[in-house]
Amino acid sequence: MARGFLDRSRSIAPAGWSRWLVPPAALSVHLAIGQAYAWSVFKPPLEKYLSLSGAQSALPFQLGIVMLGLSAALFGTRVERNGPRWAMFVSLCCFCGGFLVAALGVLTKQYWLVVLGYGGLGGIGLGIGYISPVSTLIKWFPDRPGMATGIAIMGFGGGALIATPWSTAMLDAFGVTYNSTGVVTGVEDGAIALAFLVHGLAYAVFMTMGVLLVRVPADGWRPAGYNPANDKAHVLITTANVSAKNAVRTPQFWCLWVVLCFNVTAGIGILEKAAPMIGDFFRQTPTPVTASAAAGFVALLSLANMLGRIVWSSTSDLIGRKNIYRLYLGLGAILYLIIALVGNDAKIVFILCAMMILSFYGAGFATIPAYLKDLFGTYQVGAIHGRLLTAWSVAGVLGPLIVNAIADAQKSAGKSGPALYTTSIYIMIGLLVIGFVANELVRPVNAKFHEKTAAEVAR
Amino acid sequence: MTGPTPETDQAPADRRPLITIAWLWVGLPFAYGVYELVLKVTQLFKG
Repeated sequence: MARGFLDRSRSIAPAGWSRWLVPPAALSVHLAIGQAYAWSVFKPPLEKYLSLSGAQSALPFQLGIVMLGLSAALFGTRVERNGPRWAMFVSLCCFCGGFLVAALGVLTKQYWLVVLGYGGLGGIGLGIGYISPVSTLIKWFPDRPGMATGIAIMGFGGGALIATPWSTAMLDAFGVTYNSTGVVTGVEDGAIALAFLVHGLAYAVFMTMGVLLVRVPADGWRPAGYNPANDKAHVLITTANVSAKNAVRTPQFWCLWVVLCFNVTAGIGILEKAAPMIGDFFRQTPTPVTASAAAGFVALLSLANMLGRIVWSSTSDLIGRKNIYRLYLGLGAILYLIIALVGNDAKIVFILCAMMILSFYGAGFATIPAYLKDLFGTYQVGAIHGRLLTAWSVAGVLGPLIVNAIADAQKSAGKSGPALYTTSIYIMIGLLVIGFVANELVRPVNAKFHEKTAAEVAR
Repeated sequence: MTGPTPETDQAPADRRPLITIAWLWVGLPFAYGVYELVLKVTQLFKG
């Protein structure tokens, strides 16, 4: 597959190529695949048109996230070997192809085609697309890896911001009608299929820019004024390289797996139930939260999630990866504790704490590739990142499960208000503390896992 | 560019139009998304 134009050797940057062309190439992929988080826009029209339950209409998204983790883990080494252009092209074909298959599924009223198309095929596109620019960005920005990967991964968060209003407007224009409370009242034949078709084609055009523009730096290239020896000031940063196969045998990989998994679980705990949570918290107060205000709260959390990815990840270039994760996990636990202790006494405290926690949630995703680069080098950092993303898949199940199950149990027990969430909050604090300890256990990788240098091979 | 060839951060002049187009390509849809988000955030303070 990786032949001709898509071959890695054809994407080596010519002299004078600017590294500032690589982040927009990465963003064109991440902003597109980030659409996955806007799947909920399609749920009510699908439920109405195909007579589906809420659980059934969630299947394409759930399968997509599972496939994201699996394909990133399985194809990471191949992405590393074949290069970012090949990976972005495959991502484009799978992600956009998934939309086309889903369109066919809706048109023929074969829902399994929607699930397999969007979730299965599209999910592979999500996984390969997510890791496609990571190692390339780190190689172009060895002096600022946190900032570089922060830009791309912020794009994944930004994708939903674009898709949500865009997809809603499109469904509206193609014949999906809503009442004043936003409930779907009618769906014209072909409306959803046409929307899927347009999404597939539009995203293919959008992502093509990334395929055409992405370049890998020539071997030995480094930015002006950058000396890798200066990185030695941070003890965790290595100039050695570790293969993906060896990385999973190190305790450092599994410490970071725990760190990512629990940091994500803690964030999803709030994100998943944000709207009902703020409503429940302040229901019995003199200033209850309306449905539209709750929607505004969810939007505010999305903004914090997105900004955290670029701001905190860039900050990690200055203060070091281990220190920034101490902040995400340690301060995150304290913020959860403040929410538990303050309860519904102060709305502003609740909102600010939730925003900070969500900014740490996004930042946890954005900073992890740079942490991996520090520990394992740039050799197969994309593949190692792919394997680590299985932590995300686990957290995606764990976080909502904890919060929903406990809230339901508390409600059955006759509790209301903040009491519905207190137990979940203390569990999240416990998980963050475990993550904090795992981060503390991270040490430089033992030299026995390092790849041999050319000089060592010659000896 | 076969060996270590430090490059300046400043883009060469002939790359600037391409850099501008590339950033606008992703920046404009992103700005639209952020604008829509900010509109929604204001509901928190109205409601």
